[in-house]
Amino acid sequence: MSTTVTDVHAADHAHDDHDHGPAQGWRRWLYATNHKDIGTMYLVFSLIMFFFGGTMALIIRSELFMPGLQFVEPAFFNQMTTMHALIMVFGAVMPAFVGLANWMIPLMIGAPDMALPRMNNWSFWILPVAFGILLSTLFMPGGAPASGWTMYPPLVLQTGDAFPFLIFSVHLMGLSSIMGAINVIVTIINMRAPDMTLLKMPMFVWTWLITAYLLLAVMPVLAGAVTMLLTDQFFGTSFFLAAGGGDPVMFQHIFWFFGHPEVYIMILPAFGVVSEIIPTFARKPLFGHDSMVYAASSIAFLSFIVWAHHMFTVGMPLTGQLFFMLATMVIAVPTGVKVFNWTATMWKGSMTFETPMLFSLGFLFLFTLGGFSGLMLAIVPADIQYHDSYFVVAHFHYVLVPGSIFGLMAAVYYWLPKWTGRFYNEKLGQLHFWLSTIFVNLTFFPMHFLGLAGMPRRIPDYATQFADFNMIASIGAIGFGFSQLLFVYILYQTCWQKKGERADAKVWDDPKGLEWTVPSPAPFHTFDTPPRVTPHDAFA
Amino acid sequence: MNDVIKVRRESRLLVAKLLAFAAGMFAFGFFALPPLYDVFCEITGLGGKTNSVAVSGVEDTVVADRELDLEFVTTVNEYAPFDFRAPVETMTVHPGGLYEVAFVATNLSDKAKIAQAVPSVAPPQAAKHFRKLECFCFSAQEFAPGQTKDMPVRFIIDSDLPEFIDTITLSYTFFDTARLSDNSDAGPAQQ
Ligand SMILES: [Cu+2]
Repeated sequence: MSTTVTDVHAADHAHDDHDHGPAQGWRRWLYATNHKDIGTMYLVFSLIMFFFGGTMALIIRSELFMPGLQFVEPAFFNQMTTMHALIMVFGAVMPAFVGLANWMIPLMIGAPDMALPRMNNWSFWILPVAFGILLSTLFMPGGAPASGWTMYPPLVLQTGDAFPFLIFSVHLMGLSSIMGAINVIVTIINMRAPDMTLLKMPMFVWTWLITAYLLLAVMPVLAGAVTMLLTDQFFGTSFFLAAGGGDPVMFQHIFWFFGHPEVYIMILPAFGVVSEIIPTFARKPLFGHDSMVYAASSIAFLSFIVWAHHMFTVGMPLTGQLFFMLATMVIAVPTGVKVFNWTATMWKGSMTFETPMLFSLGFLFLFTLGGFSGLMLAIVPADIQYHDSYFVVAHFHYVLVPGSIFGLMAAVYYWLPKWTGRFYNEKLGQLHFWLSTIFVNLTFFPMHFLGLAGMPRRIPDYATQFADFNMIASIGAIGFGFSQLLFVYILYQTCWQKKGERADAKVWDDPKGLEWTVPSPAPFHTFDTPPRVTPHDAFA
Repeated sequence: MNDVIKVRRESRLLVAKLLAFAAGMFAFGFFALPPLYDVFCEITGLGGKTNSVAVSGVEDTVVADRELDLEFVTTVNEYAPFDFRAPVETMTVHPGGLYEVAFVATNLSDKAKIAQAVPSVAPPQAAKHFRKLECFCFSAQEFAPGQTKDMPVRFIIDSDLPEFIDTITLSYTFFDTARLSDNSDAGPAQQ
């Protein structure tokens, strides 16, 4: 417990000497305990990982541009699909949301910083180490892990020298997430401004509170599962080895017990983001704030009892299939409540369509589309046909790219003026949105048809009948990838060149929330004395 | 300042609770789930697991007017140097009857080998009704270089087998257990 004590001391120190600005040079970042600095580091790190993962996606799509083997060996192709997923899930999407949490949660609840600043520093700096290790496996004998991000045994046990490094890096990522989650929970529970009651909290804070509990519940289970893989490989246990009395299917159960809540870990904070943005640009309060809280909570609860929908073809008793099918379909109800509420928020609102709003609307539309294909996959007899086909690839990319990633983009455009004190280039922002939207659909929509026609996922080559749609998807992917360079350019203009109009404290047209009561750019220390929460900024 | 001290104490307590929760979830995943899964499989027959030690004192009456197709599947794990076969592909059996089938395995290598057969029954609902009185899968089998062995399994299929089942598949996979104790040559990546 000693760490905690020092953490709180650290908070006091930061508190005591807030007259000093940040430390200079590299020390500011390596020893960072300020929530804004750590938030920035998380966001920059995740952007870098986004481009690493994206490059791998482009290698995959280049290989699939035409039938036959063009550029890479099948073994390397499998390494690319595996690493692309691991990097995007654990390196891009999750850290980006943690970065947003770091920046925004203290500002939204009127806290001076996160509750455990020193642990915050650790949970960030573990990440570059974890991904350094993971990326280094590309150069090891036997190559990087190639068994898919799900790491199913016995296949994953055939990984070369990379195997223990894979396990270790997953442990580190888990550790980082758990520490981040503890920090978020303690901050939200203990550091709120005195009259900020739980139900007065903004939706982004609420969805992150729920997400943090999900992280805390399932990341240790993943750690347990990969530890079993490690002992099976090196210490003579047989958790998953049939010859020793184990069962490889058990890994799939344990993995997806983690894996399904994990998908909500990646989407709930995005729900929170669009719940902030849509009211601002519709100039109406969020419709049904409390029902949003209950919907998010029930989604989180249900996420624990649906895992086996990933395993219908593995074989299970009919009652099991029925249970997991129906439980999965029930999730559509609270999700439907959320989609309904967002739509109702816009009803008769005086809407404008700045970049954050465009990305939120894109999110609303395309995430719902991904939700529908998820419903189709929940149906057992249909799933038996769709399983392991490109239909699945289309489904989860629709919920992750125009879902989670669009949510992140919307958040960055929405809060960037608060962070930097300057507006981004609105024209370029909108261009970024339209390019992203067009290309994301060009990439992933044809994959539905490919899947329905029977093209299996995770293969470097395919029958010629699939050639046209694959070519379209590859063109879309290349377009989407290069469109993101525009995003980097916009950030460069705003943050580095300091171009763009200055933003006032409110930034937008009278948005709700405490973060708009501090100046733009938000000073290094904010809310040293807890603010009063006026009815304007309370969400109850 | 009192507030700061109060928040600090509350935070410590909460962090302790959350850490305990995370540790508990790790223990749940690592220590509790595998045995729970085994119990779950035993109850539901999930995974088609059959009894791993001999049952004795099974008394049953033969249901002469109910016929079942019993199919045999033999698989050799890709690294095991064995030829492994059932004497027949299918046979007709009656629930409640006692049967014996001798599987045949040959060690194709010029080294002594120890093999382990792992059984599985489909459909899974039939697994707990498939009672083995004797099976070569109960223990590891030793093979001299080039040796061929007859390996019997004696079983009774319960007469209270669910009505909807008319075909049962009994599958065995043959593993070279040397790979279990020595994982240094663990896969094609290093071969
Ligand atoms: Cu799922």
